[in-house]
Amino acid sequence: MIELIEVSKNFNAGRANQFTAVDRVSCSIGLGEVTILKGPSGSGKTTLLTLIGCMARPTSGRILLHGIGKGCLPGSPVDDSIEITSLPERFLTGIRRGTFGFIFQHFNLVHGITVLENVMLPAYPTGESVPELRHRARELLELFSVSRHAAARIEQLSGGEMQRVAIARALINDPAVIIADEPTAHLDSKLSCEFMEIIGGFKGQGKSVLIASHDPIVYDTALADAVIEMRDGRIIGAGTSP
Amino acid sequence: MNRRIERHRNILDFAISSLLRRKGKNLSLLAVYAFIVFIIASIVFFTQALKREATLLLEGAPDLVVQRMVAGRHDPIPITYGDKIAAIRGVSAVSPRLWGYYYDPFTGANFTLVASDDDPPAKESIYIGSGVARIMRLTTGVHWSLRGAKGTPAVFSVQKILPGNSELVASDLIQIREDDFRALFDFPLGRATDLAVVVGNKVEVPTIAAKISRQFPDTRPILKSEMLRTYDSVFDWRGGMVLVILSVAVLSFVLFAWDKATALSAEERKEIGILKSIGWETGDVLLLKSFEGMVISLTAYLVGVSVAYLHVFFFSASLFEHALKGWSVLYPRFGLTPVIDPYQLCVLFFLTVGPYTVATIVPSWLAATVDPDAAMRS
Amino acid sequence: MRNSTWFLTLIGTLLAISSLLVLHAAISRAGGGARLASNRELLRRLKLSDLCLFTEARYTRHPAMADRHAAFQDHPMALEHFPSGSLMSPPDFRREAP
Repeated sequence: MIELIEVSKNFNAGRANQFTAVDRVSCSIGLGEVTILKGPSGSGKTTLLTLIGCMARPTSGRILLHGIGKGCLPGSPVDDSIEITSLPERFLTGIRRGTFGFIFQHFNLVHGITVLENVMLPAYPTGESVPELRHRARELLELFSVSRHAAARIEQLSGGEMQRVAIARALINDPAVIIADEPTAHLDSKLSCEFMEIIGGFKGQGKSVLIASHDPIVYDTALADAVIEMRDGRIIGAGTSP
Repeated sequence: MNRRIERHRNILDFAISSLLRRKGKNLSLLAVYAFIVFIIASIVFFTQALKREATLLLEGAPDLVVQRMVAGRHDPIPITYGDKIAAIRGVSAVSPRLWGYYYDPFTGANFTLVASDDDPPAKESIYIGSGVARIMRLTTGVHWSLRGAKGTPAVFSVQKILPGNSELVASDLIQIREDDFRALFDFPLGRATDLAVVVGNKVEVPTIAAKISRQFPDTRPILKSEMLRTYDSVFDWRGGMVLVILSVAVLSFVLFAWDKATALSAEERKEIGILKSIGWETGDVLLLKSFEGMVISLTAYLVGVSVAYLHVFFFSASLFEHALKGWSVLYPRFGLTPVIDPYQLCVLFFLTVGPYTVATIVPSWLAATVDPDAAMRS
Repeated sequence: MRNSTWFLTLIGTLLAISSLLVLHAAISRAGGGARLASNRELLRRLKLSDLCLFTEARYTRHPAMADRHAAFQDHPMALEHFPSGSLMSPPDFRREAP
């Protein structure tokens, strides 16, 4: 379970353009479930995702990981919960790399290098041997039926293919939690539905999925176990899927 | 341990892929970089080898040379001075040197004429250096007419050509008998060009030089240490046409490399953001950037230094020939014994590889310390 | 092949070439002894004080015998007349009578 207690995030603190993106949010996200963050743009969904995914630190409040992120910290007890808000950057990066897989709105793929290398990229600093890594990356590309593009460059791919590559990349370190930020924003309805099928596959494998979206195809899906509705940095409604 | 090595190799893999993306730009950078290293290393090799050769050779030179000055001009010295100098305590031998220059109006070349009583050629015969033989197209047994001081031609037969490997000391030499020398130049009897002094104890050389200049105020003693020092300053890091041109080239390269390395393009900045967001630490990004710098600079250094060695010691520094040749008609062709000075090469290494790598890392450092969520919010 | 393998091979080859060159330097230094000895003998026999590097001006042909204090060495107006003179200037220090 991921537990958020009174989490706030301010930007540009102390300056004239100061604003609060996330305002005293408390909630819990179940493991093995699909959780949707729903709300208009600017409602703080993305910021909340970055806080949960160890990309940024909250200004105040605590975030606890129960039962995930094990073994990412040297010397931590196996069944202990980890409070990620107080960790130094190195450990935070370790948890982020091992526990969370990110699918970005703009895909954030590196241009100029091959699809295969893009998928392998997050695992490079772990020091894993390249043959194993390459094998796994090929399997993932196979899984998302983009393996024929393995040697192609990113810029030669279509939008849907790019997203599949981005998903494959998110899975390379076998994360427990997959975080997707507006994953369908650049996809047409058909591709969006295909994406949701892939998400269904993750759920079947017991992975936790956290999606921020204001696309009905996403938040009205039958796959969702919980929908958290946000506006102006606050949770205005939470409930299970219709 | 193994994982740590693998991590470095993985990041090196990506650094090279990353460089290969801008293949043309990086290859041309590599070429310019290697060329600069090549020129500097060539100068280092050439001057070091020359200095070493000079130091070893000039051990055989006279300890002191005493010249006579008349009205600020070099003038033949009376041989009687030599007898008095020989009487100074500590001087073991004094011998007059007879030498001068001969200008050949047909080729425009200047030759050095030396008379020596040690292994002299036969009457009206000469020994010539290989450079002289080359430029005058002379072979052994051929007759050569030199124009005497009174305008009358004097015919000499070439008795011997000095071996080709002696060009560094004797390329332009014409060795002649003493009486032929005096007759040819109408050189006054009882005078010599200068006096060569041999001193028993080398420590006493400065004291003896001081005594000589006190006893003969119209003379000028030149110490062997001064002769050696002259060669030490040859092609030194100061002055020199090649160096002036080179410094301009180096400066423009520094500007170019600095500009290329420091100014992170928006694209590179975005890439660093992506890497951070997919789980790379700041340290990983810095390792990547330092590898990118090192791949270029290390390759350029090794290529530049190796090619410079081949250039100087296999091809006799042929690219420098035009600068060294200058306006001279007779250009000595000498091979040099290779000298590798580890200190100079280390300095060159740190001056080329170091700054470039630093210039690549520093700006990336600034970019790499941004929060990983920056890429997500863009 | 992996990029890093390719690169490390390149660096390895370059290092091997460099060490061959170092070896070459050592060998030719050992072999250059005879030439050095004969040149030194020639130098001693003819009582020469200079190497023959440039033949264009007196002070570049015999730099050790040249001097700065003699005015108008070659040409009163010339800052530097010969290209080689910019590489080899007359010695800037000369011991004078105390």
